[in-house]
Amino acid sequence: MRAFTQLQGLAATIPGKNIDTDQIIPARFLKRNRTDPDYASYLFHDIRFSDSNDPDPTFVLNQPTFSHTNILIADENFGCGSSREAAVYALEAFGIRAIIAPSFGDIFFNNCLKNGLLPIRLQQSDIDILARADTDTKNRLDQTSEPVSIFVDLKACTIRHTQSGTTFSFSIDPFWQECLLKGLDEIDLTLSYRSSIDAFEAKHLAATPWLTHADT
Amino acid sequence: MQNSTNKPLSLFEKIWARHVIVERAPGPSLLYVDRHIIHEGSFHAFAQLKERGLSVKNPKQIFGVADHYVPTTSRDPKDAVTQEVTEMILKFDENMRWSRANYFSMQDPRQGIVHVVGPEQGISLPGSTLTCSDSHTSTHGAFGAIAFGVGQSESCHILTTQSLWQTKPPCTRIELQGTPGPGVSGKDIILALIALLGTSGATGQAIEYCGSALQTLTIDDRLTMCNMTIEAGARFGIMAPDDTIFNYLYGRPFAPQKALWDDAVNDWRKLYSDEDAHYDRTLSIDVSALSPMVTWGTSPEQALPITDCVPDVRNGDASTTAAMQYMGVTPGQPLDQIKIDRVFIGSCTNARLSDLRHAADVLRGRKSCIPGMVVPGSMDVKRQAEAEGLDRVFIDAGLEWREAGCSMCVGINGDLAAPGERVASTSNRNFVGRQGPGVRTHLMSPAMAAAAAVTGRLSDVRRLHKE
Repeated sequence: MRAFTQLQGLAATIPGKNIDTDQIIPARFLKRNRTDPDYASYLFHDIRFSDSNDPDPTFVLNQPTFSHTNILIADENFGCGSSREAAVYALEAFGIRAIIAPSFGDIFFNNCLKNGLLPIRLQQSDIDILARADTDTKNRLDQTSEPVSIFVDLKACTIRHTQSGTTFSFSIDPFWQECLLKGLDEIDLTLSYRSSIDAFEAKHLAATPWLTHADT
Repeated sequence: MQNSTNKPLSLFEKIWARHVIVERAPGPSLLYVDRHIIHEGSFHAFAQLKERGLSVKNPKQIFGVADHYVPTTSRDPKDAVTQEVTEMILKFDENMRWSRANYFSMQDPRQGIVHVVGPEQGISLPGSTLTCSDSHTSTHGAFGAIAFGVGQSESCHILTTQSLWQTKPPCTRIELQGTPGPGVSGKDIILALIALLGTSGATGQAIEYCGSALQTLTIDDRLTMCNMTIEAGARFGIMAPDDTIFNYLYGRPFAPQKALWDDAVNDWRKLYSDEDAHYDRTLSIDVSALSPMVTWGTSPEQALPITDCVPDVRNGDASTTAAMQYMGVTPGQPLDQIKIDRVFIGSCTNARLSDLRHAADVLRGRKSCIPGMVVPGSMDVKRQAEAEGLDRVFIDAGLEWREAGCSMCVGINGDLAAPGERVASTSNRNFVGRQGPGVRTHLMSPAMAAAAAVTGRLSDVRRLHKE
């Protein structure tokens, strides 16, 4: 897995609570391989593009100033719904490396961690300040029209708004923090416990043999 | 079964403790996975395995079921919606042969939707950990299992290590009191709970259901409730197993056989929450106060009793306004005046035999005034329904009777509604575009969907029963 240590980025705001993974990548694209060169275009596809495939100029990621966005600022429960990991693949293909939101869909959050994409839980009041810090006149998430310049430091667990210098701290489980910082491969890590797994399995099988061995 | 300190434990904690391989507190522990189910979407996980030269650790504990992409018009992969989908189904065949795991291909008489097949084949067992690369895996918790949905990277990890790093979740206990009234099913109870909790009301948590009402609910209703527990954000839904579950499992192909059966049941009887077990939150609802529910918006939390009106919110937040706009409903509009264009009876939520019986009870001797399809949850359900003549009820009413699969719940097999159409659906998600671009989905129980088919609008099934 690609390591995540620090990130200097430009953030775009995706408005709306409960943005589900069906919106992040519509189901009809799920059959595509990750190597598909068009994968980035599947991100938010039905919001970004019209029926005739024309980009909607009002959608934030279609605006030229946001073409190099690598951080998203989102609302509550971002990525709820389907377990489709393709939602993370599409974000990654577009170049997104971190997402800041008050809360995330449960499986989506885990899928991010497995792909070196950092999901940052930040309380709503901090997000409001972060999204607004560029200009005093903008007081709603969905009115931000300039990218917010952000510096993320995973080791220190801080987000700094680069223009104003305002810094926010966030928390992440130390286990996942270490995995991300070192780019640890989780399967390699688990396989280092192989003898524990095998020993457990032998004991478990003896205690509840019906759980593991069914012969029909 | 209590731990050495005699600390009272919840059902969830008891099963969790039995499966911890490596404890790394705080943070995730390495948890043993007893059974893992995969579907056609697993090509990402297999690609990762093959790329890294890894293999499937315990093929006997892996179950492949073709459900998401399979056509419901035939059992031939060549009839899939596009050539690309045909190839995807064939790729699954190939990966399953390579893995040497248990496989229910689309031609297999045991095929169906993963969450219908699991209980039916005795794959879902009390006291077990069960994972599947699908968010609705919480379904199997109705059998007293720790069951949860995983992504493709996690699926790959399970295939090759039979384990997963998991953090013990907070647990909410929901006590169900009373007896549901006529026309109120497990679907109505869970929709009411999601509306109460909100779609992120239990994010990442385990919800344990208990209370006197639970014992009176059928297995199918319990499965429906655990299935949609994920729509309140939870990772797990769980219910203590009882004799109803044990009797159901007896003799099922992947359930304990012969001498092991008695040992298993003796063990399963210990699977209950101790008195004074700790919960992070406890709430209680009286199910006798509930009415049949429908959703009006684009999130499962936007659910109301059929007797109600679309919320009279004219200056609501942006999400509510967007939902009303997409759904083409107006503030204060009575729900039973909303016209419906199509009906879908199916999905891992509501396509079991009793679901089809409830729908057929409403449709028997009546005509559907809108087109629609009935898609049984498994080929086994299909055969049983046909033996009872339910297929004739649906066909005589003017609906299509299909082969088993996920179908119009996720819409990736080509079973879709047309843009702008409004669907009465027994599925689990009313998200924007879920059943096709521009399609408007109203979630409800099978009986309520059948009622909508008869009247052509959202309708209170209790009124039809009186006629």
